[in-house]
Amino acid sequence: MKVLVFIEQRENKLKKASLEALSTARKLAGSAANVAAVVVGGSIDGITAELKNHGADTVFAVSGATFENYNIFNYSSAVEQAIKSFSPTVVLGMATPMGRDVFPRLAARHNAGIATDLIELKAEGETLVGLKPMYSGKAYAEVTFQNSSIQFATLRPNVFKADASDGAANVSKLEVAAADSKLKTVEIRKDKSEKVDLTEATIIISGGRSLGSADAFKILNEAADVIGATVGASRAAVDAGYASHEMQVGQTGKTVNPNLYIAAGISGSIQHMAGMRTSKVIVAINTDPEAPIFKIANYGIVADLFQAVPLLTQKLKELRG
Amino acid sequence: MKILVFLKKTPDTESKIQISSNNTAIETNDVKFIINPYDEYAIEEAIQIKEKNPGTEVVIASFGDESVRELIIKGLAMGGDRGLLISNEGLANLDSLAIAKVLAAAVKAEKADLVLVGKQAIDDDNMHVGPMLGEILDWAHVNVVSKLVLDGTNATAEREAEGGHVEVYKFALPAVIGANKGLNNPRYAALPGIMKAKKKPFDVKKLADLVIDAAQLQAKVIVKAYQYPPQKPAGQIFKGEAVDAMVAKVVKLLREEAKVL
Repeated sequence: MKVLVFIEQRENKLKKASLEALSTARKLAGSAANVAAVVVGGSIDGITAELKNHGADTVFAVSGATFENYNIFNYSSAVEQAIKSFSPTVVLGMATPMGRDVFPRLAARHNAGIATDLIELKAEGETLVGLKPMYSGKAYAEVTFQNSSIQFATLRPNVFKADASDGAANVSKLEVAAADSKLKTVEIRKDKSEKVDLTEATIIISGGRSLGSADAFKILNEAADVIGATVGASRAAVDAGYASHEMQVGQTGKTVNPNLYIAAGISGSIQHMAGMRTSKVIVAINTDPEAPIFKIANYGIVADLFQAVPLLTQKLKELRG
Repeated sequence: MKILVFLKKTPDTESKIQISSNNTAIETNDVKFIINPYDEYAIEEAIQIKEKNPGTEVVIASFGDESVRELIIKGLAMGGDRGLLISNEGLANLDSLAIAKVLAAAVKAEKADLVLVGKQAIDDDNMHVGPMLGEILDWAHVNVVSKLVLDGTNATAEREAEGGHVEVYKFALPAVIGANKGLNNPRYAALPGIMKAKKKPFDVKKLADLVIDAAQLQAKVIVKAYQYPPQKPAGQIFKGEAVDAMVAKVVKLLREEAKVL
């Protein structure tokens, strides 16, 4: 099957998760010749060069001032142009804020099916079959397509391997006019620190209401700095005003999937666990040995987080030398 | 101005999800259903816009069977003006695109200026309907909105993207907005409000009342089977030892066994 992959960038920097989609496309397609990537942005020569040997023989490049800032109308027009040029069976992307905005619009434009946030994906003949967490991960649904001339799908970040090693990545520039945009991107503001976003973090350390104050999150920040982790929070901590909503992990917050998730002073409500249970390794620190979080933890420490976390920070520092 | 708010009936966040014995459905008998939490932000936003713009009508709508009526009434009790139940009679197993087509037909029939939805439903977690409505109606859409300012028919919306990025958009109505937590604080519907809400105008529309071709609603994505997530083996939990000793053990295991440090 022919697969087109939407490669994301922010500020002209490649979003690494897109390489996971590219490698997955390479496996589905059987050869790099049947995979094309489309990159949309202001100035993307660096990115198209970076895509060499990541699974695609063709890279469609759509660039220029029109595409500097993300705009749903312009970006979907650009991907649309690549679809016209390549005639793929499958259009693949990542279940990121941008992917989850562009793909439903394009699926509706093509009167086509779309499967979102997949954690497994294979082809049966020319038809995709994927596994999709539903009910915040309390159940998985095996989904497939029918009567859909193009199949749109997005992958959950940090689940699929970015391991393709071939693909000439020959650049084909596409001229795309600005769309008849019904909205204007005024600015893209960077509100918070330079820290990696929770949904893309490989290590997360989260705190619960037992931290007792916004100030107490500083002990989590210190541990996070040592191991390059991103700090998250439970809903209870957010509702208590100790942490901002963008830090919230769980059903009405973010669904995360890091390699390591450290839960400090989080009891593990269903709604919190729904957002982090697919983390590869979970460490729980809690004074209550009966806390539900210990049931899904790989490793647990029954102790006061105010004692354990600083000791953890110290140990990690020693480790990092 | 007319605002249409679509709400979806979803299982309560704390519900246990039970898969049917033939693996093809989710058991709903013992499940408590609620208004999808993100949709409450959409309802609240509509009511706040109405409070600032007299003459605005807020229609609380949902697609489903008779059981969504009580959820619509809850929305009316929060401050909506009129209920609209779009009956799913004879329409089984629609996918998100088909549902978006039905909702778009309702938006056209209502001649709404602004459509508010939750950014995603917490059952399928898809985040499809807002962007799809935008496309089908050929309107602007902004999803995951944490701030919305209206000035007549001109709007500014802030959308939360990853890494602390906030995208700021300007557009003219009509538009579809997908509400995120943080947009506002939804009010509670008090009991007297619910009694009063039952007397508010309430329409039920069937597919035949909307301009839409049923042949267009064939699902393009289907669920073959449901399964539970794999069970994790029991973890190694340390207790009753000196805290530094327990921390040292876990760090060692993270490094040597789990290999994540």
